[in-house]
Amino acid sequence: MTHLKLLFIACLVLLPVTGIAADDGYGYPIAGSYEATILGTPEKLLPEFPKKMRTRQLVLDVIPDRQKPPIFFYDNGLHCTLAYQKQKAPLVFLIAGSGSSDRAPKLMTMMKALYQAGFHVITLPSPSHANFIVSASQSSIPGDLSEDAADLYRVMETAWKEVEGDIEVSSFHLCGYSLGASQAAFVAKLDEERRVFNFRKVLMINPPVSLYSSVTRIEEMLKQIPGGPKKQGIFFNKMMSKFSLFYRYGNFVAFNDDFLYAIFTEKLFSHEETGGLIGLTYRINLAGMIFTSDVITNSGYVVPKNRVLSPTDSLFDYFMVSTHLSFFDYFNEYFYPYFEKRRPGLTKQALIESESLRSIEGYLKASEKFGVMTNENDFILTKAELDYLRQLFGERAKIYPRGAGQDLPSRRPSGQPRV
Amino acid sequence: MTVTRYQAIIPALMLSLSLIGCASTKMNTQAEVPPMHSINEFRDQPFAEVADPWEGFNRNMYRFNFYLDKYIFLPVVNSYEFVTPTFFQERISGFYNNIGEIRNLTNSLFQLKGMESLTTLGRFVTNSTLGLGGLFDPATSFGLERHAEDFGKTLGYWGAGFGPYLVLPVFGPSSVRDAGGLAVDTGITYGIYSAIDPFGNSNNSFAIGAGITTLEAVDTRHQHSFRYYESGYPFEYYMVRFFYHEKREIESAKPLPAD
Repeated sequence: MTHLKLLFIACLVLLPVTGIAADDGYGYPIAGSYEATILGTPEKLLPEFPKKMRTRQLVLDVIPDRQKPPIFFYDNGLHCTLAYQKQKAPLVFLIAGSGSSDRAPKLMTMMKALYQAGFHVITLPSPSHANFIVSASQSSIPGDLSEDAADLYRVMETAWKEVEGDIEVSSFHLCGYSLGASQAAFVAKLDEERRVFNFRKVLMINPPVSLYSSVTRIEEMLKQIPGGPKKQGIFFNKMMSKFSLFYRYGNFVAFNDDFLYAIFTEKLFSHEETGGLIGLTYRINLAGMIFTSDVITNSGYVVPKNRVLSPTDSLFDYFMVSTHLSFFDYFNEYFYPYFEKRRPGLTKQALIESESLRSIEGYLKASEKFGVMTNENDFILTKAELDYLRQLFGERAKIYPRGAGQDLPSRRPSGQPRV
Repeated sequence: MTVTRYQAIIPALMLSLSLIGCASTKMNTQAEVPPMHSINEFRDQPFAEVADPWEGFNRNMYRFNFYLDKYIFLPVVNSYEFVTPTFFQERISGFYNNIGEIRNLTNSLFQLKGMESLTTLGRFVTNSTLGLGGLFDPATSFGLERHAEDFGKTLGYWGAGFGPYLVLPVFGPSSVRDAGGLAVDTGITYGIYSAIDPFGNSNNSFAIGAGITTLEAVDTRHQHSFRYYESGYPFEYYMVRFFYHEKREIESAKPLPAD
């Protein structure tokens, strides 16, 4: 099962696709190698991480009396991971990128780095992750930065109440990557009013400026599939045959790192194909979000309205339908109508603009507590958006020219023992 | 007079009987409305599809395994990990992995893989001697890699199709072919164990045998980091099914000649 999980994780956690190392190609994505994003940093280049870390998994009852549909019987609360120091230390709330749980490999790497530096860390799943939608989201319709921030704040308060008797905290900080980074900015703004934590520092890693714009760039990758995203099934099956033929011709010993690495060195998949695969992975993640939200809200979007699914019912058709829906479908047919009902007169354009750092730029510009890390070729940003970050954050932004994508090396899943 | 009274009762009885049927379905009685998007909209090949005619049963078994893990298996494994020093945990894993080489060897032979059989034999001998009965694994550092083989792979190698997907109690994702393979391997291992019968003369041979088997089960679960529903992904069942199928098919297929 070891390698099963390897591939499983590799596919589910390819998101966020920020920080894909690219050549000096211009804005259109997929200029360079995806090796870095998918494979991460080679073992020997990884910094020394603590061998032993004091951790605890938290399961939080964020919304008491929440009714969970039968198919989510396994969801017993919001999962968070705590890494704690023995002595008094500052605490960082670490927000995952889109679609990731509290234990995403990328998040674990960041947690270890922060722990090594002497912080307590609490990792939080992304508001776009099913666990959050079921157990912690008030509306269960993810994507609105202000509302997701309010949900995240409630989670942080609940988590803090859970651990405050056991650890000594000197100050609170926030950190997030990709979508989590932009959400962190909004959480910090909320904290200015609520004043529960008084976050000292907020570190944003690879933040998107406008959610809509960044997701558009990811959706663009799907256009590289022959026949477009609506023919993703045919494409996927073709890629899988290529994959298995490669294994058989190459006489590989086992389904392991060497095999996955060889796929990239031999350039088994072309640039377009790799782009298509990454895009498909993003859609698989998005499908989970759409389906979960639909079931909780009983909106009749992909599941018939008023149908109560049982754990033995086949969900395959819903899986297929959900993966074939784009973010634009979600936005136009599901997300926007919901918010329009709550804020009459709201236009789509206004909603798109509110899902952006620009809508709180006054606050971001003035506040001392923000730090930003990203790279020149973070493909979810346009050149204009990158310049915007430079101009908005000035010296508080560290923009790397290129590299393995992220500032913090992401560990290959196989690097962890027996994973 | 009596007839009319009964005539009144019968419809009342029928009505109440039909209403009992309604009351027992605790679910909502609201009518279903078709969703905005359904499968008919799309003309595409399904992906990650695996023959799964017993999906209902398999989903139930998947859930059963989740509860088995949660209430029995994982608490035992967690206690084992808590109580046993890591050094000993590794030695125990080494011991059972070494015994597992017998299965790897027999199946390599069944597949007529000469080089692989020799390597596996070399591993077994090296680790049993230099590695002190399998507790240590010097063979890997000598460049002899582990080749995991089992009878399910052997059957696949010789052309047996994967067969319908099957989730086994305790063992988890499998298939008709691989479950059969598991039975054969277990039989072979049991046969060898009985033939050698290391504890046959002692008074507690049954207890010792049971202890060894139990520890093997605990160690096996300890070595597998898979946790049911851990991903939180609503379609996890399909991802697991697909990756299991893909991995097995790829690993058991006959290698093709390189150009």
